[in-house]
Amino acid sequence: MNNNLLADLLLKKQKEILEQWMKNQLANATLREDLMSNENLRIQSGEMLDYLIKAIKKGNFEDLNSREFEPIVEMLQGLSISRAQQGYTPKETAIYVFSLKEALINLLIKDMADSRELVDAVVLISQLLDQLGIITFETFIKGRESVILRQTQEINEISTPVIRVWDGILALPIIGTLDSARTQIVMENLLQEIVDTGSSIAILDISGVPAVDSLVAQHLIKTVSATRLMGAECIISGIRAEIAQTIVHLGIDLSNIQTKASLAAALKHAFGMLQLEVKKGERKIVR
Amino acid sequence: MGEFLLVTIQVDMYDRLALNLENDLVTMIKKVEAKGVLIDISAVSIVDSFMGRILGNIATMSKILDAETVVVGMQPAVAITLVELGLPLPGVHTALDVEKGMLLLQKKLNFYEEDEDGDLDQHDSTE
Repeated sequence: MNNNLLADLLLKKQKEILEQWMKNQLANATLREDLMSNENLRIQSGEMLDYLIKAIKKGNFEDLNSREFEPIVEMLQGLSISRAQQGYTPKETAIYVFSLKEALINLLIKDMADSRELVDAVVLISQLLDQLGIITFETFIKGRESVILRQTQEINEISTPVIRVWDGILALPIIGTLDSARTQIVMENLLQEIVDTGSSIAILDISGVPAVDSLVAQHLIKTVSATRLMGAECIISGIRAEIAQTIVHLGIDLSNIQTKASLAAALKHAFGMLQLEVKKGERKIVR
Repeated sequence: MGEFLLVTIQVDMYDRLALNLENDLVTMIKKVEAKGVLIDISAVSIVDSFMGRILGNIATMSKILDAETVVVGMQPAVAITLVELGLPLPGVHTALDVEKGMLLLQKKLNFYEEDEDGDLDQHDSTE
């Protein structure tokens, strides 16, 4: 039996294959009825099978880069990415493709008498569906990666808020390790906020930074220099005892940078610089 | 503006222009015996190492001619670039905008005058 005849056979039995495929999928324990209804799954599977049979109509079972395969590859990729985002596991996504293989092979076993031809056909179908499976996998991983990338960006954005603690005083609590990429974001956010609010003092609070090495210190010094260039003063606060020790042991020179032990001390210093005075008022009780 | 010179740079500087600016500015400081120079670079969006050096040079020259230099209105992107280039412009005072720059200059000038007065007083008392 040549490839064309095999394709014809599959076309003829399309309905049967779909039934079998659905049965396989529904029988599987990993079916996620919470994420997709059976109705939708059936529509999706029917479409997929339709594309597959169209793709192999001309007897091409091997070259997935050819034009006939474009629609099915595209659909698989789309499906894979959307499943990655919905929270399917890779296994569940792979089973989707491989259960089709099972259905196809079952059908071939039923319909083909000649054992030699059967083996050839099974090998052909297996190879084709394995390739499709690999595509699904690749796209699934890509989809997951893009989710992770997006989350990293979100964390970076959320974790460096610039706070206006007073008129003319900004505070920037840094939480987590400072690497080059984050320093860039921190700097950009801080400088933009300085321009927007016209603040003349910025307090960089590093209570949330777990460790300071020479690289982190360099990033801090950079940020302070940039702030100075803009015409604002920068105070570094929240330096823990261990961090002070490391800084001295590493021989990092912070002598021309204003440093304070706590945010409160930095704020007090900032008030002094702006010649502001904070006093305890007497509360008047109105009866 | 009184004893202060105000320079606003409205276009992105290229090397020739920057050199001219340096020249004109220093001549002008000498001519009017300016006490302070205010350079507004709020319209500058691109800066290179040469431009950074020119700014530093201007500051040093003005200092020799007894004038303070304040650079105002630097864009965040420009500040980041200068820092990344390793040019934190030592000796240059900075302020957020022209108004704050003027205040800074005045404060510095008053401070020095008071200082001189203080010196004179001291001399008087010792004599």
